[in-house]
Amino acid sequence: MAYSDKVIDHYTNPRNVGTLDKSSTQVGTGLVGAPECGDVMRLQIQVDENNVITDAKFKTFGCGSAIASSSLATEWLKGKSIDEAITIDNMDIVEELALPPVKIHCSVLAEDAIKAAINDYRVKNGLAPIELEKSHH
Amino acid sequence: MNLPIYLDNNATTPMDPRVLEAMLPYFTQKFGNAASRNHHFGWVAEEGVDYAREQVAKLIGASEKEIIFTSGATESDNLAIKGVFEMYKDKGNHIITAVTEHKAVLDACKHVEKLGGKVTYLQVQKDGLVDLEALEAAMTPETILVSIMYGNNEIGVVQPVREIADIAHKHGALFMTDATQAVGKIPVDVNKDGIDLLALSAHKMYGPKGVGALYVRRKGPRVKVTAQMDGGGHERGMRSGTLNVPGIVGLGKACELAYNEMESEAARLSALRDKLQASLTELEESYVNGNVAHRLPHVANVSFKYVEGEGLMMAMKDLAVSSGSACTSASLEPSYVLKSLGLSDDLAHSSIRFGLGRFTTEEEVDYAIEVTKKAVTHLRELSPLWEMFKEGIDLNSIEWAEH
Repeated sequence: MAYSDKVIDHYTNPRNVGTLDKSSTQVGTGLVGAPECGDVMRLQIQVDENNVITDAKFKTFGCGSAIASSSLATEWLKGKSIDEAITIDNMDIVEELALPPVKIHCSVLAEDAIKAAINDYRVKNGLAPIELEKSHH
Repeated sequence: MNLPIYLDNNATTPMDPRVLEAMLPYFTQKFGNAASRNHHFGWVAEEGVDYAREQVAKLIGASEKEIIFTSGATESDNLAIKGVFEMYKDKGNHIITAVTEHKAVLDACKHVEKLGGKVTYLQVQKDGLVDLEALEAAMTPETILVSIMYGNNEIGVVQPVREIADIAHKHGALFMTDATQAVGKIPVDVNKDGIDLLALSAHKMYGPKGVGALYVRRKGPRVKVTAQMDGGGHERGMRSGTLNVPGIVGLGKACELAYNEMESEAARLSALRDKLQASLTELEESYVNGNVAHRLPHVANVSFKYVEGEGLMMAMKDLAVSSGSACTSASLEPSYVLKSLGLSDDLAHSSIRFGLGRFTTEEEVDYAIEVTKKAVTHLRELSPLWEMFKEGIDLNSIEWAEH
């Protein structure tokens, strides 16, 4: 399968690889996927007192598109407020990376990882988790 | 050394220039129809086919009368399985095969089931070998055919064909083998091995695509198959269709080259393969799949835990290899062959097949080792599973959210 240049770029030079302190109340961690499905994505956000994401890190086990989707997600998350971040839609990722239909799954995983990270942060800070309906396409 | 490097010789091999040279006159000058028995053009084509038949037969210890030309191993497998079932169904309706067979065999067996046949799909042991006791136990008076491949296309495991043949024969069944990956690579002899039907293909042994053969035993017992194609009655009535003369000539030449060079080539390739396996398994948590002693000289299948095969292949962009991961498919189901060895799904997703070949050099293997090690190390730094493993977290203790 031929990948877009953007996928190859994110795959070759992944942005924001790493680990944040998951025990910190300022950090939200989302771990989605399953090893037996061939992809596991962990996305972490660091949130300041103004509800703005100051840092984002990821680690992903998966194919090139999964790695690229999570790398792109961390770029998009940085500087966004939590409210803005929750609106990131998997189809935005599909479009940006020109993912082929068979790889849409990877973008879904990234969207779910973002939402899981935000909810982890919310719960840690005494807020109710946002209902995670399957909004993605 | 030219990049990219081709290490996917189980998928297909480049054609040997000597094969091409043998084929070329048959496209333009010696273009006759081998079935035209009444003029020079036909005779010349027929001579080419007859010579190729001898070359193919010699490679597998058969007589030339036992070689039926087909379009490739898939057709040979289909003709053998469906053809035997139709020919012998009054004698019995049971076929035995293994879960690690190629789809051409498995799907032909499924077809037989639709026709009212019964098929036993034997599980294999964790090294990929057929359990002979399980085979023996599966034999019934209704069993007409046992079909077990010679060498596996994904993991390279070579089955104990002689023992399998003996069990089949003891119970009055025929023994068929899909020897696509084995013929030309290791000694295959239909008499020594007790083979009644054998499928082979030219493009897996440096010949052209679209041509292969089915060996059908003529003596002790005389095996017959019901034709699957109706027409001019070519190939002793078992496979109608104008012969692909240039392709057949190429197959013959490929067989001759393999016959002459097999011994030295197998030694060279197994040394390279061993070096590759030994170097790659120096990496932590990496494993060779399939029996290590009984295997084809040119195949190494290695799992690198905590990295995903397709992602890994992308990091090895100058290496053409193949993965048991199915991240490209909608089903997300990894290789059924690897899973049948008892590999967990995540390990099956993490596998890479290296298929060496006649034109593979040591320099290329060294490069492949370096690139693979670098890629695995890089991707593990990106892998949350690797991090958890390093922290001593049991991955089985995590409740994964499946998608």
